[in-house]
Amino acid sequence: MLEISPFVIFIASIFTNNMILSNFLGMCSFIAVSKEIPTAFGLGQAVTIVLAITSIFNYLLYEYVLIPLGLEYLRFIVFIVSIAASVQLLEMVMERFLPNLYYALGIFLPLITVNCAILGVSLFMIIREYSFIQSVAFSIGSGIGWTLAIVAMAGIRKRLETAPIPKGLEGPGITLIITGLMAMAFIGFSGIVQIQ
Amino acid sequence: MNTIVMTTIALTLISAAFALLLTIADRTVGNYGEVKLTINDDNEYIVEGGSSLLSTLIEEKVFIPSACGGKGTCGYCKVKVHEGGGPVLATETPFMTKEELEDDVRLSCQCKVKQDIKIEIPEELFNVKEYEATVESIIDLTTVIKLLRIRLPEGQEMSFKAGQYVQLKAPLYEGNSEEVYRAYSIASSPLEKGYIDLVIGYVPEGVATTYVHQHLKEGDEIHINGPYGDFYYQDNDREMVMVAVGTGVAPVLSILNYMKSMDIQRKARFYFGAKTPDDLFMLDYFKELEETLSDFKFIPCLSRVDEKSDWDGFRGRVNNALDQYIEDGDNKEGYLCGNEPMINSVVESLTKKGIPEELIYFDKF
Repeated sequence: MLEISPFVIFIASIFTNNMILSNFLGMCSFIAVSKEIPTAFGLGQAVTIVLAITSIFNYLLYEYVLIPLGLEYLRFIVFIVSIAASVQLLEMVMERFLPNLYYALGIFLPLITVNCAILGVSLFMIIREYSFIQSVAFSIGSGIGWTLAIVAMAGIRKRLETAPIPKGLEGPGITLIITGLMAMAFIGFSGIVQIQ
Repeated sequence: MNTIVMTTIALTLISAAFALLLTIADRTVGNYGEVKLTINDDNEYIVEGGSSLLSTLIEEKVFIPSACGGKGTCGYCKVKVHEGGGPVLATETPFMTKEELEDDVRLSCQCKVKQDIKIEIPEELFNVKEYEATVESIIDLTTVIKLLRIRLPEGQEMSFKAGQYVQLKAPLYEGNSEEVYRAYSIASSPLEKGYIDLVIGYVPEGVATTYVHQHLKEGDEIHINGPYGDFYYQDNDREMVMVAVGTGVAPVLSILNYMKSMDIQRKARFYFGAKTPDDLFMLDYFKELEETLSDFKFIPCLSRVDEKSDWDGFRGRVNNALDQYIEDGDNKEGYLCGNEPMINSVVESLTKKGIPEELIYFDKF
């Protein structure tokens, strides 16, 4: 695995190994917040930033604390704690120094704490034994991929507002079906790069 | 065994490290230092920045109504933020109308104090405080009306305008399962700082009046908050036409007491309406005021007085008295306090005499 170029990982994590469309991670916020394009984009931005920061945090924590102590099995709980803490930290820093971005992201930041795509990325980079640079490329790529998927979905759902959807399928139902269709469409990208 | 100890220690240390990091961040990044809070242009406070506007205001003993306790779900804690509030958050917009958004209205529980901030709140709210007072005395004015003197806590005072009211909390007692607040006009002068007087009539099955009339004793603790209300003494030279029935006498008393202690030389007439002589009270005091005030006349009116009685005052309703005694509405203003039918008929009489409606102030109950 070590020989894959970070750039390839970056591209792959956006298209072929998209967090939502190939791993189905981060579904709850994907379905809940994909009603409007601007809010979807806001959440996508927040996810990307948090992903980049937490993967760096978790990589260092895993590599220099958990492995030397032989406590790799604690990674789930430690990662969750570190994600919660870094989201909190990020919120404080942004509120102070980037108020505009803070207000733009608004309530989405705390919501990300429980977004499983964040934990997923941290776990994948450990399982796939990525180096530090590869991990960063992977996490940023995943964030962009997640944003791409949710913004695309928001666009589709905007169109769906006027579409004749069967009553029982309105809302999350049709959204899940569309996600499946989008996932199939994204298989078309698999020829570009493959990292698994 | 070793693994368990190791795991516990490692997890504890990692969590502690994060907690420490967050605490440091809170003290440095989240520390906004002291900022200036300006309320209604002329009240300035130096406050610790970083918390919500609502909790900052409570810290400064300014009470904004809030039912949910700052969770952003009730939408009651609206204030106008003119400067330094930052943009309106997505958590606030569901509670705002278009006009309110244009008017700089914010939910004070969502708006954070991070820099010098200028806000505007209704003046009456600004003055509102909660008092844990004690009942100093209870005097029977009639069989159904009591005069309560409430001693404010040592060192505290209420600054109100003559005519305003307070809310009294009726606590839980046998037969009452819900704490309620009821409004009562203050009868004492604003210049009397240590206490306030309330005139409280008995209403059958009234939660608060039953509490006052049947449960409250001298020396009991009582919770009040206030002052509230836009019915109060207006400072000008017009002749005052004051009309009250029953416990509506309270704000009039406050205004008269205020005029007495300020030695205000103003023409004033007070029409006290009641049904029978037994419903009238404090007659001696009003007679005495006729002497002490420079130009004050007290006109008690009885609507159900016996033909044969020796009543030498006015016979009939207060509005009949007004029709008879007032010549014209020139340079006069009205202060009315009482029940709705009485207010309506008196307003009608006064406007007929030519007193403009905007110069007739009233307090309906």
